[in-house]
Amino acid sequence: MTRIARRNLLKGAGGIAAILASGSGPALAQEKNVHWLRWTDFVPASDALLKGKVVQEAKKQLGINLKMETVNANDLQSRITSAIQSGTGADVIMAFSNWPQLYADSVVDVGDLAQEIGNAQGGFYDVSKQIATVGNKWIGVPWTVGGGLISWRVSWFKEAGYDKFPETWDTFREAGKKLKAKGRPIGQTAGHTFGDAPGWWYPFLWSFGGKEVEADGKTVVLNSKETVESIKFAVALWKETMDEGGLAWDDTNNNRAFLSGTISATNNGASIYIEAKKKPDVYQTEKGTPMFKDIQHAPIPKGPAGQYNSPGVFTDMLMSYSKNQPAAKEFIRWMHSPKVFGEWFTSQQGYSSGATKMWEKDKVWDIDPVLAPFKDLPNNGRLVGYAGPPNRKAAEVVTKYIVVDMYAKAIQGMPAEEAAKWAHGEAAKVYV
Amino acid sequence: MTAPSLASALVHRRPAFTLGRWLEQPSVFSWLMVTPPVLFLAALVGYPFFYGIWLSLLDRPVASEGTFIGLGNYAQAWHDPVFWQVVINTFVYTAVATLLKMFGGLGLALVMNQDFRFKNLTRALLLLPFIVPTVLSTIAWQWILDPAFSIVNWTLIATGLIHPPGPSWLGNPHLAMGSLIVVNVWRGLPFYAITLLAGLQTISPELYEAATIDGASAWGRFRYVTLPLMKPVIFIVTMFSVIFTFADFQLIYVLTHGGPASATQVFATYAFDIAMGGGQLGQGAAIALTMVPPLALLILAMAIYLRPDKTT
Repeated sequence: MTRIARRNLLKGAGGIAAILASGSGPALAQEKNVHWLRWTDFVPASDALLKGKVVQEAKKQLGINLKMETVNANDLQSRITSAIQSGTGADVIMAFSNWPQLYADSVVDVGDLAQEIGNAQGGFYDVSKQIATVGNKWIGVPWTVGGGLISWRVSWFKEAGYDKFPETWDTFREAGKKLKAKGRPIGQTAGHTFGDAPGWWYPFLWSFGGKEVEADGKTVVLNSKETVESIKFAVALWKETMDEGGLAWDDTNNNRAFLSGTISATNNGASIYIEAKKKPDVYQTEKGTPMFKDIQHAPIPKGPAGQYNSPGVFTDMLMSYSKNQPAAKEFIRWMHSPKVFGEWFTSQQGYSSGATKMWEKDKVWDIDPVLAPFKDLPNNGRLVGYAGPPNRKAAEVVTKYIVVDMYAKAIQGMPAEEAAKWAHGEAAKVYV
Repeated sequence: MTAPSLASALVHRRPAFTLGRWLEQPSVFSWLMVTPPVLFLAALVGYPFFYGIWLSLLDRPVASEGTFIGLGNYAQAWHDPVFWQVVINTFVYTAVATLLKMFGGLGLALVMNQDFRFKNLTRALLLLPFIVPTVLSTIAWQWILDPAFSIVNWTLIATGLIHPPGPSWLGNPHLAMGSLIVVNVWRGLPFYAITLLAGLQTISPELYEAATIDGASAWGRFRYVTLPLMKPVIFIVTMFSVIFTFADFQLIYVLTHGGPASATQVFATYAFDIAMGGGQLGQGAAIALTMVPPLALLILAMAIYLRPDKTT
């Protein structure tokens, strides 16, 4: 049995006393920990990279123990809210769309870091910068820009007489009519979904010249001639060209419907094509050929007021309750550096554009020309809340599904004028 | 008698004070037993409840201090047409689902109370919808009612009863509400059936024998023996069911998320969207708390019904 000599005990106690007095542990025992919370990626290979190689390299290169956690996209916002309310949780959290604006008071100003990364990589896109700033404060470091393009079945459109994807709403409606007559409707959700529904109906509204608020961010102008026109067109489009089950679709229904060959086109991220390409034996056309060879991507058609998309902007927020801020900053700088981010970016295969312009020239866009149109997304993007800022009010309008429900109500039979009036009233209550 | 001798006499007469004896006194012991659950309830139910009331009186976006606005959030809800739709939806959902569960559950319990082969196995299987975690079974229902791949539509089309593509179960506002009610009934029926079955088994067979001798038919036996004796059980089960159905969240959140166009939005889902999605904690709390008065009335009714003097 080992005896504890009084002399040795005193030595040990002296050491502990010294640690207590200095307030910090010996150099060896000090560990750097960073907890990064993200949603489960639509490209599984990217999550595998983060949880495997990135965790190992963070330990090796920075000495940081990275706790990489992913949760279901639908659960992320409640996790953020409870983390902020309880003042404990992940140090760095991925935010989607205009969420950083909701949590602006609970994050650290990362201006130095963001500007350093932006300057080194050709500058951030406007959409990324707008989301990540409030006045001069940077409330996050932009990570990527995702978003939707219309995935469409080339052979089916060709059979209907269209060699390329319709560029305007009128041609789109004409083509859709012919396709629906053949049992191949267009598929789009008008349900309560966080991604696909706003991603389609906001650009639709903008392309007709409608907007929810003036640039002052106060004057609600949703009930306009343009909005009413867009609603009337939407109702006709829905009846004549679309799969009417779309009122019940969530963010995954259109993927399944497209891959099973029940719809001819749908606005979505690149996930449909990526999935079809990964499993050419599973997803096939009616002729028995791999479906991915029959898919192309096109932007949402042009309306009388232009052509838009609503990009999904991703931002990394450094939480102000975090006790590991220096390590977390060091980690963000490293993770967003061209070498490390580049590897993740490549794993996305074109599912995401970069947050900075440098990535437009990346070789990932040469690998597969079908995905190349995604690199132009951030340039044509507008953010929810247009023409006002994408702030807390705009987020509330999205959360209450006001714009989406305006169209959904009209599709279900409410007169266009009344639907616009209802939505205007609801939006006005938000922008008080 | 001198003072010391008095003291010694007293010591002899009174048993010595011990902690064990003190604790065994009914007045002490009862408090001892009641205190832990009271503390537990105060911490996990009382505190969040009162904090919720406080939140509902604040304009309190997430992550900020919040300013006191009195009943401002309630006034805002009062003028919100979606809120009134939520009120109607919640009442329709609760009333229809509870009635169906009550009649269905009673019927099922009466059948299960008969003697038949595989009785125990059937009773065990009956509990399945109640045992399977709601989110899992609801995801299965999501597939059953899927707009593109619904097995219900597939069957109806295959048998020639309807023309393709068939109804959109979750996309049409009325069908969506109907579908949610069906799923809720499917999940809640076993709770009713098993509880009522337990009640049925406490009824003495002699009462039925006596009724039969007096010439009562099957309906007569049910009407004058079963029903009066089952009334307290039916009442309590219904109360519980109303409370659970009124505050339902998981099922609706998974199946429709309150859509299409808020046709199936109920208190819990709407409050969640406003508080968690929109970050308006005060408003969300106010919407959630408007559930309390109707539920409180129900609990009060239950408390009055269950008063000890009533049951004796």
